[in-house]
Amino acid sequence: MARRWPSLRLWRAGSLAPLVLFYVLLTLLPVLNLAAMSVSDVSWAAGRSHWSFVGAEHLARVADDAVYRAGVRNTAWFAAVSVSIQMLLGFTLALLVSRTTRGSTLWRMVFLLPILMPGIVIGAIWKLMYDADFGVINQVLAWFGARARDWTGSPELAMASIIAVDVWHWTPFVFLLMLAGLQSLPPEVFEAARVDATPWWRELTRITLPLMLPTIVVTLVFRSIMAFKVFDEIYLLTSGGPGTATEVISFSIYRTFFVQGRAGYGAAVSLVTMMLIAMVVVLALNLQARLARRPA
Amino acid sequence: MRPRMRIAAGARLAALTLAALAVLLPFVWIVAASFKYEIDITMGRLVFSPTIVHFDELLFSRGSDFLRNYANSFGVALVSTALCLSAGTLGAYALDRLDTPAWLRHALLGWSMLYYMTPQMTLVGSWYVLFRQVGLGESYTALVLTHTVMNLPMALWLMGAFLRDVPVELEEAARVDACGPVKTFTHVVLPLLRPGLLATGALLFIFSWNEFAVSLALTRNETATVPVALAKFAQDFDMKYGAMAAAATLSLLPALLLLLLATRSLVRGLTQGALK
Repeated sequence: MARRWPSLRLWRAGSLAPLVLFYVLLTLLPVLNLAAMSVSDVSWAAGRSHWSFVGAEHLARVADDAVYRAGVRNTAWFAAVSVSIQMLLGFTLALLVSRTTRGSTLWRMVFLLPILMPGIVIGAIWKLMYDADFGVINQVLAWFGARARDWTGSPELAMASIIAVDVWHWTPFVFLLMLAGLQSLPPEVFEAARVDATPWWRELTRITLPLMLPTIVVTLVFRSIMAFKVFDEIYLLTSGGPGTATEVISFSIYRTFFVQGRAGYGAAVSLVTMMLIAMVVVLALNLQARLARRPA
Repeated sequence: MRPRMRIAAGARLAALTLAALAVLLPFVWIVAASFKYEIDITMGRLVFSPTIVHFDELLFSRGSDFLRNYANSFGVALVSTALCLSAGTLGAYALDRLDTPAWLRHALLGWSMLYYMTPQMTLVGSWYVLFRQVGLGESYTALVLTHTVMNLPMALWLMGAFLRDVPVELEEAARVDACGPVKTFTHVVLPLLRPGLLATGALLFIFSWNEFAVSLALTRNETATVPVALAKFAQDFDMKYGAMAAAATLSLLPALLLLLLATRSLVRGLTQGALK
């Protein structure tokens, strides 16, 4: 694709400049700043910050931070459980729907709705519905004679309640992606399977799933990334409680920085989080490379 | 249609309807709550005489900042979408079509991926300190710039995917006709990218409109966006459920409007990344 415009270099530099500038000033520089903050105590006086060097003190403390450790554990658990349920539900629903109903606009609009809604509104909706005293869920349970529960306030139920909200919020997203994937598969393969009278489960495991694998992997990765960032619903529904039952990484960092005002320690926690993410990425890439090398 | 197939089709329709109801009912619930008196909400009454007192208070009472919040959200979303779409489209074009050196392409795409995977919250504290040091703490500028950079990886990927549908041959033809690189981009590529720009732009706007965590940390009362205001109703010492429901209902309007106007675009945008 060698096109020899004389002014190409200048135009290329100009086109890349905004992107590079945004990344350098608002991601790279903040990461470096974070590193500097993590070895300092930062305080504010008259709009200017004062830094004092404290060495690795903050970073050393992160490993023993029971709240942060609970956050990491809970975030991983939350992501694993809620994304698994979403994938299973979304895929099943897409499978049911893909043959008969072409994704008509009305259905699509309904399933797009939760995807496009602010997370905080989702939180507000469920705050109303989960309420222990007047929430509709306890009301409905009462009709069937079941006892009322404190969905977001009890340590055993809080995480499950948050997961339920996330499943409700994001299953439609998985469904839409899976449906789009299924409908882009070549119909000839399925016609051939029908001619050969292939049983449905064999069609599923031998034809549909392998063909859908790329879509499934992308959706899984994408949803997992989003699940690791969970914050809005937690902030509104439980604030990480009761105890550390729903403590997640993003909330720990938020609290450290903006409630407790511990910028140095918050920076250390942020850095450790970034390293954990980087480790997961390296592991995932390794796994992917190993799977790709394996003969099919 | 054979009877067995008809039953299967009926079962499928039933499954779809059930799923749709499960999605819709919670929305109906909060919209209904926004028309209830506070007492009807806290007594859990299903039958109620509707009132617009919460909307009236949110929009027209002196003590309410909601219209300000709404305008803030709108302005921030609009400007950050414009910035993000411009930087993303130009960047994607340069990476895909302008013989950008491989190391630079890999560096930028790799960094986009890594940055996108990292929870926003890890950078927010740093942003806060940096913006405050240059005198932009809790300003619109800080919010617009952070919303822009947050959505930049998404803009880059989506526009990259849409760009790959634009045939290179057209650009080569333009070059043969002695069209310069800038003119080729503005007169040949951009018009063909219009559907992609619309789809991506709509999504970026919604992402910014919905964003809560960063807005919470980087705004004060005057610069607060709708989600931040909404969270306040739910966090105050005495909960204002009615106001919260009304604010939630009003905050759904832009997304609903886009949904009605551009369902196809939105679906295309959301599925583009996964299927290419």
